[in-house]
Amino acid sequence: MRVTVRLFARLRDIAGAGELERPIAPGATIASVWRDLAREYPDFAQYERSISSAVNLDYARMDRAIADGDEIAFLPPVSGG
Amino acid sequence: MATRILIPTPLRPYTDRQDAVDAEGRTVGELLADLTARHSGLKAHLYNDQGRLRSFVNVYINDEDIRYLQKEQTPVKDGDTISIIPSVAGGAPTSAEVAAGRPASPGAGAGDALPELSNEEVRRYSRHLILPEVGMEGQRRLKAAKVLCIGAGGLGSPVALYLAAAGVGTIGMVDFDAVDISNLQRQIIHGTPDLGRSKLASATDKIKAINPRTDVKGYEVALSSANALQIFEGYDVVVDGTDNFPTRYLVNDACVLLGIPNAYGSIFRFEGQASVFGTAEGPCYRCLYPEPPPPGLVPSCAEGGVLGVLPGMVGMIQATEAIKLILGVGEPLIGRFLIYDALRMRFRELKLRKDADCPVCGTHPTVTKLIDYEQFCGLRPAADAPAGARATEITAVEFKQRLDRGDRLTIVDVREPNEFQINRIAGSILIPLGEVPARCAVELNRDDEIVVLCKVGGRSAKAADYLRTQGFTRVLNLRGGILDWIDKVDPSQPKY
Repeated sequence: MRVTVRLFARLRDIAGAGELERPIAPGATIASVWRDLAREYPDFAQYERSISSAVNLDYARMDRAIADGDEIAFLPPVSGG
Repeated sequence: MATRILIPTPLRPYTDRQDAVDAEGRTVGELLADLTARHSGLKAHLYNDQGRLRSFVNVYINDEDIRYLQKEQTPVKDGDTISIIPSVAGGAPTSAEVAAGRPASPGAGAGDALPELSNEEVRRYSRHLILPEVGMEGQRRLKAAKVLCIGAGGLGSPVALYLAAAGVGTIGMVDFDAVDISNLQRQIIHGTPDLGRSKLASATDKIKAINPRTDVKGYEVALSSANALQIFEGYDVVVDGTDNFPTRYLVNDACVLLGIPNAYGSIFRFEGQASVFGTAEGPCYRCLYPEPPPPGLVPSCAEGGVLGVLPGMVGMIQATEAIKLILGVGEPLIGRFLIYDALRMRFRELKLRKDADCPVCGTHPTVTKLIDYEQFCGLRPAADAPAGARATEITAVEFKQRLDRGDRLTIVDVREPNEFQINRIAGSILIPLGEVPARCAVELNRDDEIVVLCKVGGRSAKAADYLRTQGFTRVLNLRGGILDWIDKVDPSQPKY
């Protein structure tokens, strides 16, 4: 099972890519995908409490279960004006 | 079995001026179909070309929004009352207000309360007037409308210029800055001759040049919990174009508390975001981002850079939304979060929902008045925090005095190499913020007194906090960064 991860703003910079493909295990949630990414990119960890997330373009909380083929988006807040 | 449907003032011309009419049906959808069959003039106002209920038309059954029930499939029982509530500038009116025939705001509702257009205005707005979605009444609504722009910077520039051109009668602007040369790459309301002038004076001149009839109200203050409600009161739409998190949360909360829609926009390097928050039916900024990021984590435009045309695009989306909210046409960005990627030229849209647990717009709000947003965003210690929290900073002048005295200080610049090439403090070493964890143990001595700096003080505050967690006990953050250093100590160096 695989999901597409979309990253925005600083997260895109840290990962060096806006789109990643990652395998998921049965029972995966947005949070488990995030934790895997944070292990891969340690600088992600500090964003954990302030990001918002979405599944298939629908805003969703971190405990939401995800399925094969889902697109998970992680959006840090930005404040520029 | 007939069900009573309450008709709002703007739609009564299509129901022979009746404020309530009867229709039949087992669901809300059937009922509305029967209603529009009986009063055919309503159809175009309630449904779009695809036959779907227009998104700005909210239907309530016994004061419950059908979107949170079963939408048009919501069953109707004997004795139920249906209210049709078009969203208007100034927030959706309550069903009680509509039933009483009271318009929700000066810019909306009864057509005869709107200001007239002069012959010159008819010529000026002729391309609007021939649009059925605007027309004479819509243009008069724009003239009656009051829009408040928070910030006269990157986003506020296009917003104010286009709203003035479109005929918005009153434009309020909150900003206390002066025009700096680094603004001109994107803040197109200001020009080279305006350098050093107050942004409000400069913006007012440009707005008046486009449209002398615009009533510009300037608020040359730092928006705060003490003045926000007073400033916002009476505006139909707020356009959030500020550049920092405390003000973002302040604007959001004030809009929710006052029921004013917030045409939100924000930018970062090549990416923009836009939405409409703070309406009665839709989510707010806190539904999306309940917690602010820790200070220094998200770079500002000054620290992270920004493509000059980006705020033009995002500001125009905000201006478009403000105009649609005033006119009550189209589908506003309520419950939708638009992300624009200028590098890849892509727009994406996320669906948002109102969070029932939201501390400010949820069902049991805990934020019922404005709070201390600097503290909320971690920029100032709480009043009951231990004294001495400030002793972790040093000002540019104090720093210079200590260097002149010959104090032994290790100076660590945590900016990026391209920034370090523009300007630097003599004797400083460059360790970009992202490399601090890997390099500090090797290159820095835990017993030395260390001064960390960046451009304006945000990143270095973060670096200082990190170093303290690693056992560096004598770490001072240069307040205001190298920019303040150049202003106060070394004006010979260029600023960026």
